[in-house]
Amino acid sequence: MSTKHLVSIKDYTKEDILRVLQEAEEFEKNPNQRLLEGKVVATLFFEPSTRTRLSFETAVNRLGGRIIGFSDASTTSSSKGETLKDTIKMVSNYADLIIMRHHLEGAARYASEISDVPIVNAGDGANQHPSQTMLDLYSIYKTQGTLDNLTITMVGDLKFGRTVHSLLIALAHFKPTFHFVAPKLLAMPEEYINFCKKRNIPYYEHEDFTTEVINQTDILYMTRVQRERFTDIMEYEKVKNVYILNNAMLDKSKETLRVLHPLPRVNEISTDVDDNPKAYYFEQARNGVFARQAIICDVLGIV
Amino acid sequence: MFLRNDLRLLDFMNMKKELWVTALQNGTVIDHIPPEHLFEVVSILGLHKESVGITIGQNLASSKCGKKGIIKIADRFFEKDQINRIALIAPNVKLNVIRNYEVCEKIYIELPDELVDIARCPNPKCITNNEPMTTRFKVLSREESKFKCRYCRRVIEKDDLKLL
Repeated sequence: MSTKHLVSIKDYTKEDILRVLQEAEEFEKNPNQRLLEGKVVATLFFEPSTRTRLSFETAVNRLGGRIIGFSDASTTSSSKGETLKDTIKMVSNYADLIIMRHHLEGAARYASEISDVPIVNAGDGANQHPSQTMLDLYSIYKTQGTLDNLTITMVGDLKFGRTVHSLLIALAHFKPTFHFVAPKLLAMPEEYINFCKKRNIPYYEHEDFTTEVINQTDILYMTRVQRERFTDIMEYEKVKNVYILNNAMLDKSKETLRVLHPLPRVNEISTDVDDNPKAYYFEQARNGVFARQAIICDVLGIV
Repeated sequence: MFLRNDLRLLDFMNMKKELWVTALQNGTVIDHIPPEHLFEVVSILGLHKESVGITIGQNLASSKCGKKGIIKIADRFFEKDQINRIALIAPNVKLNVIRNYEVCEKIYIELPDELVDIARCPNPKCITNNEPMTTRFKVLSREESKFKCRYCRRVIEKDDLKLL
């Protein structure tokens, strides 16, 4: 049997997604299970990401596995010019599973072609971050009770935000309706618009962030509009306050609406939203551990 | 009188033509190469490292495309996937396989489904530009010449691909 990896959310079929979400649900009920007893997991963070690393390492610890690895490539031999190939070859001799994050796009795909043990991609530059997508899906599934026939509104930077792209692809299995709310400069790329067209997925593009759109929505997925994305600072000034959610905007929204955000947030969700029961971004992060426990067990063929 | 001169001229032209096209006993003639890409074709096929007899013609008159390049390689035959490597820069190239002075096969080049180690990804943050490794591009559309990098997943237009 060939080694199983999770490099991109596209590696998962609809059935895979549903199976892993069900496993995540089990881990939420009973998070401490010694399923990785005697196993060594390597967390190779060539690019630092404290949040993602802690989430993965918590998942491994709750499963009773041991961890080796690094959180910053500057202390490793890759800073001496060692190739990624050599690092992966070496570590795959030691560990049963490699969880890696890298600043270069495609690094995880390449590692999966070299490694004898499963690779889980914990983010490769602007490319893929499938465990984020799985925790987003799990959060949606948990709060809505289903993934089917939902109206999803994505707000902010839809051009560079990899989380929205992967989420869009994963949700395509479940008959969604999309609203894309973004400034022209950060609009959803043509590639993903064409993806929706080809699959007859209804989508609506908006430049204004209005309550009219919010009130139709089941999941409001907020992202950060980053100043560094703009070459013209005037453009940034024009749009920086347009895509901010405040509590009053949720007044007439559906009871079941939930607000998601991949975090970190800066000012795109006012703090007055935090106490609204519709705010879900902190629980969303907590769901990451269960989703990652499920992903790890799935690639290792446990459970 | 005039007629005889014309005929002589015609003979001479034919002789000249033969010099270019059929003086090969066995081997391959690569014809209709866009002149601006002739030397890239030489390089992609590694002909500069060959020890066999090679004739290279540049800026020759072509009825099809104005000017063309042509390469004749003695005693050398190519596998289809070897030759498809040049499809990216010279899609209309034709190959004549010569055996015993006769054209025994004509091969038309076609773009393969995947370009393997032919071109470089234009994305500087792609792993392929930072590791000694094979590049791979899936051909998304032959008509629009669109490609997708296997690693960084960027969709790339033909003009943005740089040959290795």
